Amino acid sequence: MAKTNLPVLPPEGSRPHAPLGEGCFLGETERQQPLALREALATIKNWFRANSLWVMAYGTGCGAIELRPLTTARFDMERFGMAMRPTPRQSNVLIVSGYLATKSLKRVIRSYEQMPSPKWVVGLGSCTINGGMYWDSYNTINRLDLYLPVDTYIAGCMPRPEALIEGFKGLMDDIKAGRANGWNHYLENMDWYKDNQKRLITDWDLPDYNW
Amino acid sequence: MSFALKLVWSLLGVAGAIAYGLIIGGVIRKVMARIQGRIGPPVYQPFIDLFKTLFQRTATQHGIMFYLAPIFRAAGGIGVYLLIPVVIGVPALENFSFAGDLLLVMYFMFFGSLGMALGAAEGGHPHSPIGISRGLSQMTAFELPFALAVVALAADAGSFSIHEIVMAQQGGVLNWNLFANPLAAVAAFIAFLGMNMYAPFNIVGAPQEIPVGPPTEFNSTFLSLLMTGRAIFAVAKMVLFMDLFLGGAHSLVEALVKTFLIYFWSVFVGAVFPRFRTEQSIRFFLGWPTAAGVAAVVLVMLTH
Repeated sequence: MAKTNLPVLPPEGSRPHAPLGEGCFLGETERQQPLALREALATIKNWFRANSLWVMAYGTGCGAIELRPLTTARFDMERFGMAMRPTPRQSNVLIVSGYLATKSLKRVIRSYEQMPSPKWVVGLGSCTINGGMYWDSYNTINRLDLYLPVDTYIAGCMPRPEALIEGFKGLMDDIKAGRANGWNHYLENMDWYKDNQKRLITDWDLPDYNW
Repeated sequence: MSFALKLVWSLLGVAGAIAYGLIIGGVIRKVMARIQGRIGPPVYQPFIDLFKTLFQRTATQHGIMFYLAPIFRAAGGIGVYLLIPVVIGVPALENFSFAGDLLLVMYFMFFGSLGMALGAAEGGHPHSPIGISRGLSQMTAFELPFALAVVALAADAGSFSIHEIVMAQQGGVLNWNLFANPLAAVAAFIAFLGMNMYAPFNIVGAPQEIPVGPPTEFNSTFLSLLMTGRAIFAVAKMVLFMDLFLGGAHSLVEALVKTFLIYFWSVFVGAVFPRFRTEQSIRFFLGWPTAAGVAAVVLVMLTH
């Protein structure tokens, strides 16, 4: 897949530290490193990333109610190093919890693109997979995968907190193994994703990429 | 000991202080979790968080001050730490203490927050200016009892040098300012609660209100530098209070035990209290703690 070369226009007052496509993919110094060293470094970095997942608590649907018990004494997600981080700038995992209205899709895209990469998306509940009980609703999307790169789906209506922990453990294993590359896929297929997003959001007033 | 050698030792001390501050942060999270009946993260979790933020692939910045704010914050922490003697009698850990350094230390404690205020405001997120205005007002309020307590101690010891104040407390536990100047200790240890910003004074990064507070926009490497600065700043405050009120330390183990006890005073208070509103917090500091500080100064003036 070719590296995307979109003309990225950051909003006023906000400048990317590294241009899109350079900071996100392998840098020049990393490209010159021997493969064994690069892989060893990636393994170490991925271990750190997997053990410190900061979750953006963005409640898009009713499934968000199952996220709250995770912070309590019974389930306690902090023992895996996970923490709620209510700002996209500091979070690594975006949880789309349940149905996603077309209106909030715009905000979710905006939040997702503001997160520093590497970043992961977790689709929670059946609504993000095929629409669930809202499959024929006029104002919700049916397949989240068309608009954002989903790394892990947690099926159920709604999934219990145990299922969420199982899903997050799966995501951690994927990150450690270097398999969770949704953010890279999003950049590589930016045109396709943007096309899908703009087809749904008719009053598109966002920049090409939200820094 | 030559200046160059002392500099090397002090920089090693800074590295040690950062590691200690991060471990303390992990212990705090563990203690809070146990109080709430949870298992909690491992104590080395802050190290994982620090390196994770360092390994982010992209970073977004919003201008020069945004770049400089974490540097100011870290410089404030390192500056405070380097001026305070950690272990008395061990030249390698006495850092760069000199006559009148207490005034400079109090200035440096403001410095980091002011730099942070300028930088965070440039991020443009509405939570940042709200958090900053709350933080600066609260800081002005708790600075008053703290400054009064420091004046009382300095008048008692006859010097503004931290080293001299430590030396004036030697010769037994009852010579510590904690017991010799109880009113100053009350004023300063309540101000310490405000400095550490645990409940009931956690109005700057108030959860459920302005969740992250001033550093809302800080990401990746900026955030990891902020975390480093916070760690060393916490250690510097603990060591300062140990020197001022608990008679300093003669060995590293003694320093670790005393600083740990001092810091967990604010953590245990924070674990059981709900949050003040901004104006309640400011009124609180300007009330009884300030009265205790004034009484401490008057008492010292009368007895000398």
